[in-house]
Amino acid sequence: MNILVYINSSNHLAKSAFEAVAYAKKIGGTITVVATGSVDDATLGTLGEYGAQKVLIDRSVATEDSQQVTRLIAKAAESTGAELIIFSHDLVAKAVAPRLSVRLKAGLISGAVDVPNANGQVKVNVFSGKAFGFVSVKSAKKIISLLPNSFQPEKTGSACSVEAFDGAAGTSAIKVIETKMPEGEIPLPEAELVVSAGRGLKGPENWGIVEDLAKALGAATACSRPVADIGWRPHHEHVGQTGVAIRPNLYIAAGISGAIQHLAGVNGSKVIVVINTDPEAPFFKAADYGVVGDAFEVLPKLTEAVKKFRSTPH
Amino acid sequence: MKILVCISKSPDTTSKIAFSDGNKQFDENGVQYIVNPYDEWYALVRGLELKETLGGNLTIITVGNAADEAIIRKALAIGADDAVRIDADPKDAYFTAVQIAEYAKTNGFDLILTGKETINYNGSQVAGMIAEALDLPFVSLATKLDINGTTARMEQEIVGGVQVVEANLPLVVSCAKGMAEQRIPNMRGIMAARTKPLTVVAPASVEDLTAYVEYGLPAAKSAVKMIDPNNMDELVALLHNEAKVI
Ligand SMILES: Cc1cc2nc3c(=O)[nH]c(=O)nc-3n(C[C@H](O)[C@H](O)[C@H](O)COP(=O)(O)OP(=O)(O)OC[C@H]3O[C@@H](n4cnc5c(N)ncnc54)[C@H](O)[C@@H]3O)c2cc1C
Repeated sequence: MNILVYINSSNHLAKSAFEAVAYAKKIGGTITVVATGSVDDATLGTLGEYGAQKVLIDRSVATEDSQQVTRLIAKAAESTGAELIIFSHDLVAKAVAPRLSVRLKAGLISGAVDVPNANGQVKVNVFSGKAFGFVSVKSAKKIISLLPNSFQPEKTGSACSVEAFDGAAGTSAIKVIETKMPEGEIPLPEAELVVSAGRGLKGPENWGIVEDLAKALGAATACSRPVADIGWRPHHEHVGQTGVAIRPNLYIAAGISGAIQHLAGVNGSKVIVVINTDPEAPFFKAADYGVVGDAFEVLPKLTEAVKKFRSTPH
Repeated sequence: MKILVCISKSPDTTSKIAFSDGNKQFDENGVQYIVNPYDEWYALVRGLELKETLGGNLTIITVGNAADEAIIRKALAIGADDAVRIDADPKDAYFTAVQIAEYAKTNGFDLILTGKETINYNGSQVAGMIAEALDLPFVSLATKLDINGTTARMEQEIVGGVQVVEANLPLVVSCAKGMAEQRIPNMRGIMAARTKPLTVVAPASVEDLTAYVEYGLPAAKSAVKMIDPNNMDELVALLHNEAKVI
């Protein structure tokens, strides 16, 4: 089977790019990557280590224009005879994969968490992570958008060739006026470690202890919905059913009660630590490790313990 | 300015999620359906604000059966002018999007808004599919939207930050948090909604491309391990040795 993997390399290759290629490799077939963005050829070539045979790159395509990216991928799919196209389910994929589905009349499975089973059905999360489903595709061509951090990339080969590709993508209908990238922050959807806090922190002035722990761990920060609603924290930190859904390896929640809508966005986390003064807080039922205590005392102690751990070799 | 807002029903966020018919169907027993929060709080309310300042008309559209008229009336009560229901079971995102695109094609809209995703299937698919079917530009997960003449200016989440972008109308936009504040319908709105026009349209002949064959619930978590608040070294050791996450 010919498989095409789309990679958006805007400023770097995210871990999810390697996951998508390794996922294609696990399914098995001839794997071509079609890429956009500014990452250099040598870096793109490392996708070969995870199973790509060849990388096609069109640096003229504007990632912000889903029409251009769609035309590029459709052309690459045609020239490689791809029957399966794989995306990593990031913000670009969310704009492009649905378009491509219509353009190629290829059924789209978004948010896949596993390779297709023996019947070709793919497991996805549904009901905001409260359940899972198996999706089958009726069309000959298929598209799978893989949820980040649900598949472990493994190196299996060596670097591959990178070729310039003309996607005949036309001009961009979207004009970028400004790009704001908060410096030094780890993007929440990519973060493997997340420290999150809720209304129990009592006010925005108290977030220093949350940030200290995040810094000691190298974690991103997140928050519950009311905290973002009242403006204590920026909206992009709001996790949950109506915020960002995340699947980090470690989620530490302090002063968050664990309402069902909050859990819906974080229950994909591999390990959950809950810090709460109330031993009856519902979050403890979803936690792996629990600390009944005051966040104002526990967080600084945990930060110290992490610093101590990090300063000794393991 | 003609605005079309796509709304979907979704189970109330507190619904117990269960399946019937050998895990093949979502068990609707006792489930209360609401307007999908992203559609209602962000797409609909921002659409109304734009209509209120720029003038024009706001139509809501859903693909669904007669039982879905409750959510249509809710959206009308919040302030939509009229409603369209395409009379079909929304089999999959492709089917739903192409139905809406067919309607939009014959009726012509300057702006088509959706929520960023539904909270039941979380696919983020319908808006992009409508855009492609209509060959229109698409801005996904916009957190701000303003219109100046025939140009739309939006703020949009990108990986690691935000981007301000512009595009010309007609345009499809999916709406995320930040776009607007939830509006609670008042008594007058609820009364007026009863008499606002609701057109039922026969579906176009469209095939579906995907199907949910089976569902399941995640395995229950093993019991939580409680740690003494004065022993954070133990927690760190467990995260390293047992959970292996740091
Ligand atoms: C349609 C809908 C969608 C929603 N979507 C989301 C969503 O996406 N994300 C989301 O988060 N919420 C969402 N909510 C809101 C959700 O129901 C809860 O109201 C919210 O998650 C509660 O936030 P919280 O835990 O920060 O605050 P609270 O519920 O007020 O909990 C504060 C917690 O802090 C503890 N606490 C207090 N002081 C301390 C201290 N000193 N140290 C340690 N602990 C302390 C308390 O015991 C309590 O458990 C949604 C609600 C609805 C209706």
